[in-house]
Amino acid sequence: MNKHVSLQMNRRAFVIGSATLGAGLAIGLDIPFGGPAVVRAADGSPEIGAWVVVRPDDTVVIRIARSEMGQGSLTGLAQLVAEELECDWTKVTTEYPTPGQSVARKRVWGDFSTGGSRGIRSSQDYVRKGGATARVMLIQAAADAWKVPASECTAANSVITHTPSGRTTTYGKVAEAAAKLTPPADVKLKDPKDWKLIGKGVKRLDTVDKTTGAMVYGIDVKLPGMLNAAIKDCPVFGGKLKSYDEAKVAGMKGVKKVVTVGDTAVAVVADTWWHAKTALEALPITWDEGDNAKVSSESIAKWLAEGLDDAQPAYVGNKNGDAKAAIAGAAKKVEAVYSYPYQNHATMEPMNATALYTADKCEVWCGTQNGEAAFAAVLEASGLPAEKCDVHKVMLGGGFGRRGQTDYVRQAVMIAKQMPGTPIKLLWSREEDMAHGKYHPVTQCKMTGAFDANNNLIALHYRLSGQSILFSLRPEALQNGMDPAAFQGVAQSGEAAFGYSVPNLLIEHAMRNPHVPPGFWRGVNVNHNAIYMECFMDELAQAAGQDPLEFRRKLMGNHPKHLAVLNAVAEKIGWTTPAPQGVYRGIAQVMGYGSYVAGAAEISVVDGSKIKVHRIVASTDPGYVVNPAQVERQVAGSFVYGLSALFYGGCTVKDGKIEQTNFDTYNSMRISEMPKVETVMVPSGGFWGGVGEPTIGVAAPAVLNAYFAATGKRIRSVPLRDQNITFA
Amino acid sequence: MANLTINGKTLTLDVEPDTPLLWAIRENAGLTGTKYGCGIAQCGACTVHIDGVAMRSCGLSVSEAEGKKITTIEGLASGDSLHKVQEAWIAQDVPQCGYCQSGMIMAVAALLNEKPKPTDADIDEAITNICRCGTFQQVREAIHTIASA
Repeated sequence: MNKHVSLQMNRRAFVIGSATLGAGLAIGLDIPFGGPAVVRAADGSPEIGAWVVVRPDDTVVIRIARSEMGQGSLTGLAQLVAEELECDWTKVTTEYPTPGQSVARKRVWGDFSTGGSRGIRSSQDYVRKGGATARVMLIQAAADAWKVPASECTAANSVITHTPSGRTTTYGKVAEAAAKLTPPADVKLKDPKDWKLIGKGVKRLDTVDKTTGAMVYGIDVKLPGMLNAAIKDCPVFGGKLKSYDEAKVAGMKGVKKVVTVGDTAVAVVADTWWHAKTALEALPITWDEGDNAKVSSESIAKWLAEGLDDAQPAYVGNKNGDAKAAIAGAAKKVEAVYSYPYQNHATMEPMNATALYTADKCEVWCGTQNGEAAFAAVLEASGLPAEKCDVHKVMLGGGFGRRGQTDYVRQAVMIAKQMPGTPIKLLWSREEDMAHGKYHPVTQCKMTGAFDANNNLIALHYRLSGQSILFSLRPEALQNGMDPAAFQGVAQSGEAAFGYSVPNLLIEHAMRNPHVPPGFWRGVNVNHNAIYMECFMDELAQAAGQDPLEFRRKLMGNHPKHLAVLNAVAEKIGWTTPAPQGVYRGIAQVMGYGSYVAGAAEISVVDGSKIKVHRIVASTDPGYVVNPAQVERQVAGSFVYGLSALFYGGCTVKDGKIEQTNFDTYNSMRISEMPKVETVMVPSGGFWGGVGEPTIGVAAPAVLNAYFAATGKRIRSVPLRDQNITFA
Repeated sequence: MANLTINGKTLTLDVEPDTPLLWAIRENAGLTGTKYGCGIAQCGACTVHIDGVAMRSCGLSVSEAEGKKITTIEGLASGDSLHKVQEAWIAQDVPQCGYCQSGMIMAVAALLNEKPKPTDADIDEAITNICRCGTFQQVREAIHTIASA
């Protein structure tokens, strides 16, 4: 028995959480005499495995490691656990473990990273097992109490029934006993056909507070004695802070301190953020902008255009046959050059984090898409070891990939470190947020297609030139210098595979990395690859004198899942029947994040420059749909994000800085501009794909192809505002 | 110092008269449901009611708001009864990240007060808030549900 206890101790390492704001849960350990260890939540209720806490009143607390930023996966993940747990869904609540607690328990909650549309698909297996494990333990505890075999007992809706005798008990009543049992080594998961909760569009678990103003986002965190900081980082990326004249603002109302943040930024700390921001604007600052101040959008475009030249080196991402030779000898050739600009995530809530640093502890409260990365940033910036640091996650006012980065967390700690014992809330102004994004990378693409005498596409050369995200953010993921993610949507195989069969194919990337920091922007490299490929597919269809849908279908015989979603949107939008008078259609498909998606748009165009989008149909095959109501919202929201970028987006560079400063120069779609999105879900089962991002890829090409159908004009660069095209 | 009447209570706040009302509400009155999104009256996240009219509080100074009846998202419910817009938002699961929704709800509540049965064109004209998650479809459907109730 003693040996058993020590094994339990080892497995569930002792952690003390701090019961502070946003802490989510605190964990204690009690070791009954002679019995195994029980891990307890803050309120004393026992854990039944790491994912589930059951309270005496039958409330089930499900631990969620991934972050909720609006995409709904907090609810979806809870559904996955509850499905296997067989608990009463109406009594389910959730909590976030902290990264510090997870690290101290040998990462019992796995990966916290919430990007790449992986929240559900990457954790579905182990969280369902977490639910099943708890169910087995709870049933075993009831069976033990009744002195009957567990095999004679069943569980449903948090009630355990001994079938032969009809006796019943509830999860809350047996939770204490269940927590003392050794978890089963393996559990069997349900066959998807037996799912009752997975696949249902149950309501989100986090809505009420979002309608009353009670939801706490990072910007809303309040701690006793807290001060507020406003920051300005060198507007030229790579530049440095030279000097500032603190005396000019020292006497301003509320100002407590002016601090240098690293070697690139300065922050004003004041009683209120408004005072901090006002003083920061009055603070004379001199920057050492460095050579990057010579860079402009024009100079970047010129450099990228050089990369389109075949003489320049490039990484080959997808290849078969001999595209160059086939093109050289072809009966007919089509060539086009496209481009896609930088984009800012522009989350509604600007970047912020609150840090409290003392000599022996550093805690941060923030919205983050990656709790463990934020935790690592706290360790690094504070210089304290893991057991003295933690990150308390709060709701994100949008993420879209931006909050997977930790620059703002690091800054908050660097400021707090200069004021030990005082909690500091660092909030970026919208202008700072626009100036210091991690931008959607800039690229250009030259495509050449070749036909034989019978108008069959015999070759395609797709030459991408531009920025690599991994080069900047995860250089360890490069493969002999190549960024494999650059080929998202046009890759040979995998979760973002090309959906067409072309006998001679060459897809390559001439990597060019300007100084503007790139990031994972919702949809990431699928966005521009889908625009380039799907708009060019339309150009090829036109050159072949064929219908864009039929032309695609002929190339998709070996890609049945790609074809199925394309067919689904074509059918729903009525592709083969005439559109209403003056209305024109466009279609597009792509694969990304393990899912197959397609979109179709109906638009009308006035004077060649005013677009009215009448209708959007979208189709998605993510393998399994956990919550159709949330999938529908993600698909519709993807069009708002993708079309906002198409019409209004685009960040330009002048003197090494981003020119756009706020929503007046980086606009976003409004309700009047957005039609209803009709979503067709065609989950084919057998795989788990992502939902939050892939659809964005088809938003822009569906509309651009419809614009060509309406006007006969090809648009090959984004945003449309640069060409004086806007919403009607 | 300024006297502001927020959600039926008159508060004496240590705040300069040229401070944007948004920041007086958030930092001085401590009501954080009203959100900062842009500071230039573009996005609508900071929408509150001033004498019943939806206005962007980042573009109003404290001195302009003095003597007016200010209602924030926290004051929209009547006691324990949520406002019909809040109820509809919950029933139809409108919010995604939710950050813009305080402002969205305040804008919709003001619209419905003025036009209880708004057309799509009325909605298009009155609701100009930015939502980066893209909840527009649910917003529109929820407004029509309320109007047809």
